Amino acid sequence: MPFGINETMGQYSELFMLLAAGTYTVAFIAFAWDLAKSSKALRAVDLKAAQAGAAAKVPVAAGVGAGSSGARLDGPADRAERPSSSAKAGGAGTGVVTADGDMKYATERRVPARVAVALTVLAAVIHGAGVVTRALGAGRVPWGNMYEFLTTGAFLVAAVFLLSLIRRDLRFLGTFVVGLVIIMLVAASVAFWTPVGHLVPALQSYWLVIHVSIAVLSSALFTLTFAMSALQLVQSHRQKTVGADGVDKLGFMRLVPSALSLENLSYRINAIAFIGWTFTLMFGAIWAEKAWGRFWGWDTKEVWTFVIWVVYAGYLHARATRGWTGTRAAWLSIVGYLCVIFNFTIVNTLFNGLHSYSGL
Amino acid sequence: MSERVNVKKKQSAPVAEAKAQAALPTLGPKGMLRWAWTQLTSMRTALFLLLLLAVAAVPGSLFPQRPANPATVTQYIKDHQDYGKLLDTLQLYDVYSSVWFSAIYLLLFISLIGCVVPRAIAHYKAMRSQPPRTPQRLSRLPEYGTLVIPSGAGIPASDAINGAAGLLGKRGYRVEVRDADGALPSLGAERGFLKEVGNLVFHTSLIGVLVSVAAGGLFGYSGQRILVEGDTFVNTLVGYDQFNPGTNFQSSQLQPYSLQLDKFNITFDRESKGKFGQPIDFAATVTTKENPDAPPKQETLKVNDPVSLGGTSIYLTGNGYAPVVTIRDGAGNVAMQGPVVAKLQGQNYYSSVVIKVPDAQPDQLGFVGFFLPTAFVNDKNVSFSADPELFNPQLTLNSYYGDLGLNKGAPQNVFELDVKNLTPLNARNLAAGGITLAPGSTYTLPDGKGSISFDGVKRYIGVDIHHNPGQVSALVFALLAVAGLILSLYVNRRRVWVRTGTAADGRTMVEYGLLARGEDHRLAGEAAALRKLFSTEWQLTDNSLTEDSAASQQTPSRTSDNVPGSDDNAAGSVTTPAGPTGPEKDQ
Repeated sequence: MPFGINETMGQYSELFMLLAAGTYTVAFIAFAWDLAKSSKALRAVDLKAAQAGAAAKVPVAAGVGAGSSGARLDGPADRAERPSSSAKAGGAGTGVVTADGDMKYATERRVPARVAVALTVLAAVIHGAGVVTRALGAGRVPWGNMYEFLTTGAFLVAAVFLLSLIRRDLRFLGTFVVGLVIIMLVAASVAFWTPVGHLVPALQSYWLVIHVSIAVLSSALFTLTFAMSALQLVQSHRQKTVGADGVDKLGFMRLVPSALSLENLSYRINAIAFIGWTFTLMFGAIWAEKAWGRFWGWDTKEVWTFVIWVVYAGYLHARATRGWTGTRAAWLSIVGYLCVIFNFTIVNTLFNGLHSYSGL
Repeated sequence: MSERVNVKKKQSAPVAEAKAQAALPTLGPKGMLRWAWTQLTSMRTALFLLLLLAVAAVPGSLFPQRPANPATVTQYIKDHQDYGKLLDTLQLYDVYSSVWFSAIYLLLFISLIGCVVPRAIAHYKAMRSQPPRTPQRLSRLPEYGTLVIPSGAGIPASDAINGAAGLLGKRGYRVEVRDADGALPSLGAERGFLKEVGNLVFHTSLIGVLVSVAAGGLFGYSGQRILVEGDTFVNTLVGYDQFNPGTNFQSSQLQPYSLQLDKFNITFDRESKGKFGQPIDFAATVTTKENPDAPPKQETLKVNDPVSLGGTSIYLTGNGYAPVVTIRDGAGNVAMQGPVVAKLQGQNYYSSVVIKVPDAQPDQLGFVGFFLPTAFVNDKNVSFSADPELFNPQLTLNSYYGDLGLNKGAPQNVFELDVKNLTPLNARNLAAGGITLAPGSTYTLPDGKGSISFDGVKRYIGVDIHHNPGQVSALVFALLAVAGLILSLYVNRRRVWVRTGTAADGRTMVEYGLLARGEDHRLAGEAAALRKLFSTEWQLTDNSLTEDSAASQQTPSRTSDNVPGSDDNAAGSVTTPAGPTGPEKDQ
């Protein structure tokens, strides 16, 4: 073996993971605070607008419309690619959605959200240190068992989320994503904890680096779209009920873009993740051919990887089939993610198969 | 894929009644077939079959499968008397070759072919035809803009359209200029034909993968063999312990190469506490010969690192210990000598041993017991293996004599001894006790039945030998499929129309519109890029690019559509059930 085990490094890694989980928790609270505070502020604005609007309804709406377009710098090019983006003209009146359909950053500052993002960045840095020290401690890539897969996967979820924040205002996803990251870290430490160790011979292959890294990355992307699809369902339900009787019980959802914007963005991320999953499947088959002598043998893990692939393929097709867009597509995306979770937890631990490398 | 709009209307009672009374036109057998074909090849059916395929694949992970593990299936049926047989009737132990699973994927692939072929023909025609005619009202397109070239610039309408055509051509559009010298010259342009090509390649490649897998099943073969250190495997039918030929296999396909196991080394983890004693490296040194006359070649066979020989690949799939024993019979002759493959049973190479000695005289002998590489006895007086390496190897055996039943010709499992017709000689509960041997020791059987010596320990490996002629083409098709998938998802098919005209005051007016076919979130970006290109070409000032009011003035239809006049509209426009793919849905 070229690299030895460094137990001290492994202990540092676990300390980092613990610290990261703690920091994520504070970030989670900040994100939740942001949602609560912003929705409160929005309600107050609503109330004022309603009072003022009773006297002069038209000027308010017009003023808001002009204000929102004036705040935008990118001009006509960016206007209304989709019918949905008219949502941003809804303004502070009685609009169902305040958030920008394009998920671009608005001008007003949301202090709690900024704090939350900063905390998430800090947590991710600590988390990254945990992943790196784990890799150094084991002298190899940090995804050789379920503990490592989960901790590295959670790090990627956080990293992808933070990276996408650079271009899009997805802070409304914060509570959801950071919450999932915390769950993943806790699950890893409580249920799947494994000390640093060498790989079994079956895993000693460069395909481990290729196959598993793409699998983790795709899973991280699927995690993001799962959050979006879940929000999409809530939002679409809310848009319907608020549209019908005007009572808005989920005020904080105004910070979340419209269901259609969510659907469009999650479709784009799912498309990337689907390509990643296709590679996972393919590279897995190539590795299986090298390790076991056949590229496909309906091993339980292969079955579920295939099922996930088919479900997301169905999702992509559903988007092009009338009557299957919107809510149904969101459900397919959620079912796909549930399959990912099932594949990771139940199949790894309870099913017998060639992929029994949980390290438990 | 053909698709019908799903018309859901609440029918009033009289209408429903009238509908029930109305005689449906008879389709006839031909019409029925046509109807069935249209149904099968519709997108809705394809989607349904796809999801059904996902559901149908699941039972294969819930129940043991025959191809992977026939013995487990037999055991499962035995253990579940109540429904085990029923599951077998439903082919739930052979899910992936079952009638119902095959029916789903074959229907899916027929549906796929029925969809791909017409689409390929349609796309071929589309690629050879000119972009569609310029719409009357470009302002209705999802992306629309206007530019005004001042009258002093010296760019008449016809020059402007030609300039636009040139720019679009450079950008990869196929352009057709219409009515270039008329009052309102226009052009139609289209790009992104690779999107549909990618889509077709993806789906066709899936068929290719399926065919490759089928070819592998027809012409391939696989087999297993156990090799003790020093053993040689020759690639002939008798050389295999187990052989699984493909449907069209012929024994002439086997090349008579040979592979000898010289040495097998295992490295165990002596570092980490949690995984102490876990194997971390397996390495088999083998000598191979391409054919009986070829020069020998030394190679290393490892997990994840198969040896390729004579069109096959040889994989290291298992290993264990083989204690070497010498057994003398009652007459004092050596009845058996050599390694006995011990079958892994538990932790640390705790293995079971079965020795059958049919050549022993006057009585045949049989031994059953265990081999422990590092024997240890716990406080309950139970032996176990404390380490995978040979620190304290031990053979503990019971012995029997009588008729082994091998002479009748019925096949027997070499790892099991049927003691029904045998008389016990050594066992814990007998006066003679059990046999416990350390390397180098000999035990003399009671009643002068002979003796057994434990001479030493060798290692053995299990190898899988595979020949799959379909796998290279499966890989090629899979790669093609991915390439097609990426093209179909990331190439955007777009149409652009430009129309120019001359205003009364001599300015040249340009209007353009863009339309995407299918999902295209970058259409607005393309519109902006084109606007910039046009402006640079005609040296227009930048403020026309960013000036919001000018744009909205020129696009009155859009402004009124999108900026709601009352706040009720703001809510209403969000919930408008607009499809995600824009105005044109062509899938």
